[in-house]
Amino acid sequence: MAFSTTSISSIKTPSNFHKLISSPSAIKQPSSSMPCTLTTKVASPLQIEVNEKNTNSTILQRPDSFGRFGKFGGKYVPETLMHALTELESAFRLLASDEAFQKELDGILKDYVGRETPLYFAERLTEHYKGPSGEGPDIYLKREDLNHTGAHKINNAVAQALLAKRLGKKRIIAETGAGQHGVATATVCARFGLECIIYMGAQDMERQSLNVFRMRLLGAEVRAVHSGTATLKDATSEAIRDWVTNVESTHYILGSVAGPHPYPMMVREFHAVIGKETRKQAIEKWGGKPDVLVACVGGGSNAMGLFHEFVDDSDVRLIGVEAAGHGVDSGRHAATLTKGEVGVLHGAMSYLLQDDDGQIIEPHSISAGLDYPGVGPEHSYLKDIGRAEYYSITDDEALEAFKRLSQLEGIIPALETSHALAYLEKLCPTLPNGTKVVLNCSGRGDKDVQTAIKYLGADL
Amino acid sequence: MASAVKTSSFLQSSKLQSQAFRLPSSKPIVSFKSLIPMASLSVSISETFTKLKQQGKVALIPYITAGDPDLSTTAEALKVLDTCGSDIIELGVPYSDPLADGPVIQAASARALAKGTNLESIISMLKGVLPEISCPVSLFTYYNVILKRGIGNFMAILNDAGVQGLVVPDVPLEETETLRKEAAKNNIEMVLLTTPTTPTERMKPIVEAAEGFVYLVSSVGVTGARASVSSRVQSLLQEIKEVTTKPVAVGFGISNPEQVQQIAGWGADGVIVGSAMVKLLGEAKSPEEGLKELEAFTKSLKFALP
Repeated sequence: MAFSTTSISSIKTPSNFHKLISSPSAIKQPSSSMPCTLTTKVASPLQIEVNEKNTNSTILQRPDSFGRFGKFGGKYVPETLMHALTELESAFRLLASDEAFQKELDGILKDYVGRETPLYFAERLTEHYKGPSGEGPDIYLKREDLNHTGAHKINNAVAQALLAKRLGKKRIIAETGAGQHGVATATVCARFGLECIIYMGAQDMERQSLNVFRMRLLGAEVRAVHSGTATLKDATSEAIRDWVTNVESTHYILGSVAGPHPYPMMVREFHAVIGKETRKQAIEKWGGKPDVLVACVGGGSNAMGLFHEFVDDSDVRLIGVEAAGHGVDSGRHAATLTKGEVGVLHGAMSYLLQDDDGQIIEPHSISAGLDYPGVGPEHSYLKDIGRAEYYSITDDEALEAFKRLSQLEGIIPALETSHALAYLEKLCPTLPNGTKVVLNCSGRGDKDVQTAIKYLGADL
Repeated sequence: MASAVKTSSFLQSSKLQSQAFRLPSSKPIVSFKSLIPMASLSVSISETFTKLKQQGKVALIPYITAGDPDLSTTAEALKVLDTCGSDIIELGVPYSDPLADGPVIQAASARALAKGTNLESIISMLKGVLPEISCPVSLFTYYNVILKRGIGNFMAILNDAGVQGLVVPDVPLEETETLRKEAAKNNIEMVLLTTPTTPTERMKPIVEAAEGFVYLVSSVGVTGARASVSSRVQSLLQEIKEVTTKPVAVGFGISNPEQVQQIAGWGADGVIVGSAMVKLLGEAKSPEEGLKELEAFTKSLKFALP
């Protein structure tokens, strides 16, 4: 494939560091946290997966050994965290090929989370997009909203909590924007008996008060973050500061495919189940692959979860939808890939919303989960190599889609998901009859009802 | 703009200075000295440590955030720190998302940014004041500010202003190759950090690549005063000293003469005090009062050191 070996081969890192990083036995392990067998085995589950699937080698190279997706990604963190990131990567690679771990995870995903989630044919939505001649695409929804806690976020939270247990870390921290990742994390911490602290922007706490209550009900401590813009960006900064301070006792369950390596890779792998199920279900339902995948992108975890399985299938279009807020030229948006510039935020190089001095700009979106000035580095890479397309949708367009899906399908989608749904308005008229579109219905919208009332009015 | 800073002559910048950074009560900061090329006045960070070592002294390295409460106070503070016996000064460039900083420096950064402080204005201020300062100044900045300028361009701007060193807290060794190369071209010494969680095998290449001095982070955490200094610092210092002859300075969480003395006693070549200084300047009733308190505090730290 055209992008398989491009920019990756041009990445230079000091050669002595590859040795250092790839040789876990050379790294001092705190004796209490991991059994030493963990440090000696270097088999990569990703490698095994690639061999089994007999595809080309792109998965192996994305990211490379330093967590690079082309020039994006990497580990831009205070030195204090570097060892923890190495330890985390070793544990992840090991557990991903550990049968007992996989079995435990699969069991929890099935019986607790409620996987697999349906691939639902949205009949009336499909009808809605038919042209005058009765032709149009077939729209399917991957029902991640039916997961326990109401969004895809729990796939990653469950897996990381299990990983934290194996690392011997009993204190969990997380950041949250819309509160879905916070709720998912609080849920799994309750389930596994782990201490849980959630950082949330004070402004987000206000617009997602229902989720704040849910987290507290689940036994988590929710800490309000007042610094900066008091949204997801600042909650993430504060969670990283907590981790820098308590790294020896604490695991940070980062909620998106963002942050320093190995998070973008690890979170992607934990959500990859979305795409894997979709491939299987598509074969069952129509004996083929989807033609177009659509997902909303804030940090980008639900989109990567759906896309990853299909990145090497060049005949599958990948479409990410960002938040245009009041419009991409209004200065009040969160359309990072559309309008951002390359920089470093929260540990990774990626597209960012920043000013001429490199200071991070306050984003805006009606949806707290998309209200982030950065984006996962792999999305930046997929954009740059032209593998995925990214568009943006305004607050108003998202609200229309929020209403539309509720009324046509009896499904109230999250405002985040509503951005992906709104893009169907632009996409569907361009697609040939019978095109199979799979849209990731990443979350349910109960949490957004208060916000919607504010914008739409209580009597609609 | 960047190009303007890079190409402006001393005459131009001094004109700018006398407008922007004159304190009402004092003469213009910029004196005729600014017409003298920087190189003739400046001593590098490494040279400073060599000289101190010969005298059996330990370096006092204060940190302040540029632009808090305002840049003219920062200029005055640099002079106060210099005359009160600082050996190297670390100047923080305010950033919107300072991951390695605790509440005191976060708040100072936010105040400085709200006042419109940016790299341009900091460099202008430095061009005016550095010729009057005898100790080397090192910038402490997050990576995105550098990336935005372009690494080579950023280093050239620093060199042109007479800055001697650079600390970038969110770039670990693996990502410093280009930074170090461009810094070297511009006579900037890249200080690298090692921490209590850095395994020995990692610490060695960090120490090997560090320039100016090795920055030993005293505790697991972000910047900000702590009640006591972990005794772990003593053994970490020994470990580092076993593998290098480069000077080692200890920072993060050090806030009083007792701690400074303790760390010097453990064999450190320098002690970095940040949040405590920033707090004095940021919380003072007036800039004048803040400068007065800064002076007394710096003297007390200096007095505690050999």
